[in-house]
Amino acid sequence: MRALRAPKPLSPPPRLPAFFGYGRPVRTLLHAHRSAPALWGLAALALLAAALEALVRFGLVPKLVVAAPTETVVAIWRLAAEEGLLRALGATLLTAVAAVAAAAAAGLPAGYWLYKHPRFGLAYRNWLGALFAAPLVLVYPVVLVLFGRTYASTGFMGFVVGFVAIALYTREGFAAVSPTLVRVGRAFNLTPRQEFWKILLPAGAPMIFTGLRLGTIYALVNIIGVEYLINFGGLGFLVSETYDKFDTPGMYGAIVFVILVSGGMLWLLKRLQTWLRPA
Amino acid sequence: MSAPILRVENVAKRFVTATGTVEALAETSIEVREGEFVAVIGPSGCGKSTLFNIIGGLDSADGGRVLVEGKPIAGSHRDIGMVFQEESTFPWRTVVENVAFPLEVAGMGRRAREEKAMRFVRLVGLDGFERRYPAELSGGMRQRTALARTLCAEPRILLMDEPFAALDEQTRMLLGEKLIEICQALKQTTLLITHNLSEAVQLSDRVLVMSFRPGRIKRTVAIDLPRPRTSDVIASERFASYLGTIWEDLKAEAAKGLAALETARRAPAGR
Ligand SMILES: Nc1ncnc2c1ncn2[C@@H]1O[C@H](COP(=O)(O)OP(=O)(O)O)[C@@H](O)[C@H]1O
Ligand SMILES: [Mg+2]
Repeated sequence: MRALRAPKPLSPPPRLPAFFGYGRPVRTLLHAHRSAPALWGLAALALLAAALEALVRFGLVPKLVVAAPTETVVAIWRLAAEEGLLRALGATLLTAVAAVAAAAAAGLPAGYWLYKHPRFGLAYRNWLGALFAAPLVLVYPVVLVLFGRTYASTGFMGFVVGFVAIALYTREGFAAVSPTLVRVGRAFNLTPRQEFWKILLPAGAPMIFTGLRLGTIYALVNIIGVEYLINFGGLGFLVSETYDKFDTPGMYGAIVFVILVSGGMLWLLKRLQTWLRPA
Repeated sequence: MSAPILRVENVAKRFVTATGTVEALAETSIEVREGEFVAVIGPSGCGKSTLFNIIGGLDSADGGRVLVEGKPIAGSHRDIGMVFQEESTFPWRTVVENVAFPLEVAGMGRRAREEKAMRFVRLVGLDGFERRYPAELSGGMRQRTALARTLCAEPRILLMDEPFAALDEQTRMLLGEKLIEICQALKQTTLLITHNLSEAVQLSDRVLVMSFRPGRIKRTVAIDLPRPRTSDVIASERFASYLGTIWEDLKAEAAKGLAALETARRAPAGR
């Protein structure tokens, strides 16, 4: 028979070690903190990676189909060190920059023109919208015939999708400007030039910039897609190369890298937008 | 008595729409003398904003004309400054940049225009907020920003279309008081368009009652309340009797407006 003992007094709850801010309970970290969603996202990703790692390690998923996450990470280093990952990144980014510059140079005036001519604007808007939603990358055979396996092909593909997004959003941006603000300009007797620079453009800027942001991302993604399809250029070509060599970890490494680059680009453009227009 | 600085002569306006012709204004005539504060009151839909747009030159009339100092005007005119009913501040500009806007488009340098704009920022009581963006302000503060922006161009005639309509009653009374103060300080000739009875009486030297469609001036009521005025006048017996007099005329028009609105509701939906 056990001896009866007085119950132990309740000890205070254990405190967390000095980690992410001393002594803060876990709850505040994952619930109240500003970066909580990001932390949850990372945690979910880590969990998924761990599960995948286990599946591959225990042979439940063949290694040829899916690379273990750890191998993928190692492969990214290998691609960078030996197979010109950074050069490929540079090639893709340069193509994207050129494509977006051309798309903006054509898309901004086109969007303005569509706004100024509502008859055409309303007619073309639906077509642009349809194009915007369509997987335009599928027209790559045409592009291939036009430009061959060159940077002109990949760049042109980026230009087309960028142009559609920028023209569409520019038109919508101008069309959404409050008519009252335009009337204020009229009341102050602005010249048409002043009306454009002092009212229409700044008022439409947020949406126009959203078009530029989407256009950039679309251009980047489509350029990589065409690079993959025509075996030419930067990151997309690298993915197709590793695929052709049955270098599964390398292929996954390249894909993960592509995702990181697009995500990074999206983040950068968002920051740029809030920096340009804080109000 | 001096010649009127603003004259509206027999202005008429018709809107042709898919469902028919709306006769918005018929033979409307108004005179405003220098330094005078005149209110035009009428029920919703009686053509007040139409009149506002025509006087401001943002819309053309089908008949009649608008004269400033005896000269007919066409299009917007620098002697007439407009304040709109809707949200009209530029959200990408700070208060002082908003107020300095007319000076900026006239080509005045930054230093000089901000200095001058600050005078008007102070006049409307927004000093301390000059570097704020409109989104950080209340509706009443934004409307005062718009007022300061219009005054900053120093128009000879201030023309306002229900500038306080979107604000709550108490804010409206206090802003009305502020407006009286400003107009007295600047000796500002003002034509205020409103549907608010007490606002019209509180602020004006004369109240013009408009009839419902087609709009025309049905009656003029001179408001003989002492100046300088504050919002306290609403407690006086004279104030109440003016409200009563104007309401007598307005009531029939408001009823017509309401009936028109209800008929429109009853019409089959989805033309
Ligand atoms: N652009 C327009 N097209 C057609 N009808 C209009 C237009 N503007 C105003 N109206 C009509 O004219 C009448 C007067 O309108 P408005 O001047 O805005 O009245 P208020 O400002 O007194 O409420 C209303 O019946 C309105 O429907
Ligand atoms: Mg109105």
